[in-house]
Amino acid sequence: MLTPVTDADGAPFWEYAARGELRVQACADCGEARFPPRPCCPHCQSFACEWRPVPGRGRVWSYVVAHPPLLPGYAEQAPYNVVVVELEEAPRIRLVGNVVAHAGARLDSVDPGRLRIGARVRAVFSGGLPQWVLA
Amino acid sequence: MAAPGTAPGIKDAAAIVGIGQTAFARHLAEDERTLACRAVLAALDDAGIAPGEVDALASYTMEDTDEVELAKAVGFGDLTFFGKVGYGGGGSCATVAHLAAAIATGQATVGVAWRSRKRGSGPRPWTNTTAQLPTPAQWTRPFGLLRPADEIAMLARRYMHEYGVTRDHLFNVALACRNRANQNPAAVMYDRPLTREMYMTSRWISEPLCLYDNCLETDGALACVVVGRERARDCRQRPVYVHAAAQGLPAQHHGMVNYWTDDPLTGPAWTAARHLWKHADLTPRDVDVAQIYDAFTPLIPLSLEGYGFCARGEGGAFTEQGALETGGRLPVNTAGGGLSEAYVHGFNLITEGVRQLRGTSTAQVPGAAACLVTAGEDVPTSALLLRS
Repeated sequence: MLTPVTDADGAPFWEYAARGELRVQACADCGEARFPPRPCCPHCQSFACEWRPVPGRGRVWSYVVAHPPLLPGYAEQAPYNVVVVELEEAPRIRLVGNVVAHAGARLDSVDPGRLRIGARVRAVFSGGLPQWVLA
Repeated sequence: MAAPGTAPGIKDAAAIVGIGQTAFARHLAEDERTLACRAVLAALDDAGIAPGEVDALASYTMEDTDEVELAKAVGFGDLTFFGKVGYGGGGSCATVAHLAAAIATGQATVGVAWRSRKRGSGPRPWTNTTAQLPTPAQWTRPFGLLRPADEIAMLARRYMHEYGVTRDHLFNVALACRNRANQNPAAVMYDRPLTREMYMTSRWISEPLCLYDNCLETDGALACVVVGRERARDCRQRPVYVHAAAQGLPAQHHGMVNYWTDDPLTGPAWTAARHLWKHADLTPRDVDVAQIYDAFTPLIPLSLEGYGFCARGEGGAFTEQGALETGGRLPVNTAGGGLSEAYVHGFNLITEGVRQLRGTSTAQVPGAAACLVTAGEDVPTSALLLRS
């Protein structure tokens, strides 16, 4: 399975995720949240930023169900869902992830037939990655 | 000289006067460099221009045959302009646009653009786990969003949800391309008809996209020759003028994972289109035939919206009643496109646009005088408006 290949901008996200916290980068001057993380604010050009905790509630914005050919670790869990979750607290912050039965469950642990655009989900954490369960 | 305060622009300043290609197949024996040489020499022969006259080159950043290798192999003259355009298939039309700009501004006189790729027998780029892009791959690949097909399927599902686009609409796209390929002996799918039953019962790749929503995997190379309009009149073939050209990288765009803007379903096509039509004497109504980048079927209805052939959200409905077929409102991808002729990062769409305006396509639109050619949508893109 692939682990995040992080960069300087993204590293804090993964450090918080490893502690079970969902945080997003926000401008420390104008307050605008932004994703993916980047060196400065596209709204006010400030380089000052903060990592803002978010409660981790969202709705499915879209999803796919991936079938082979896939990389080996993924192929053996296929077909599995991948979702884009729009955070309730921060519209336009959308996170790619998987809807699973419980934290740490396999990628194919939820029947894709239960997924809908608009479905409510909440964040859980496993192995340093955020996952999503149906709320 | 242009009047004070007005840019001379590139409108009709340059023309494509030669096209060339190799065979297209799942596997070709020769290497990419050799295929590049063959396609380039074929294009120069088509134009009736000697390799020693070439002084400009343009290709993709993903092109593995570099200028030095190509130039010394085929015997180019001194090169005074060369550049490469990024973002995979989004760069196809920009290669010609850069040559047209170089020629219009006097930096070069004879330009060659090319693409050579063994994507059929070579590796799938997404299987590389050691050299993945750090951004934005860290936000997508660990979760199993591994392939371009997955990334576009995510947008496709949302597009279908918001606007009522159906799998039948996507089938209309796949069918139009396959029907044209069935008329084109050079197409990989020349002798392989497609039916609705085949489409609806095919295996999934990334739901909602099935096998036939995905382009081919092809070995092959193509090239074209661009010269100024004066020179073009003396070439062997009828000139095809670059009437307008544009690139498009929208504000806050994120590439093929464009999930993080206010409106992810308006992609780079919208940006390129605004510039293209602003600098053209033509409108979408004047376009007789279009070659629209089709790595995946949903890119065609999205591009139809972006380039102004229909309103927002109407791209799916546009494909109904044979609109994309011969004799329809807008025949597209008349050699079969990436879905059914060959997938060589969209360069075969440029050469087919040229054939339509020469009157030599295997699915000729009678009297075609204007053709839109587009590059990959949902990556930073480019487009050409060609006219005879």
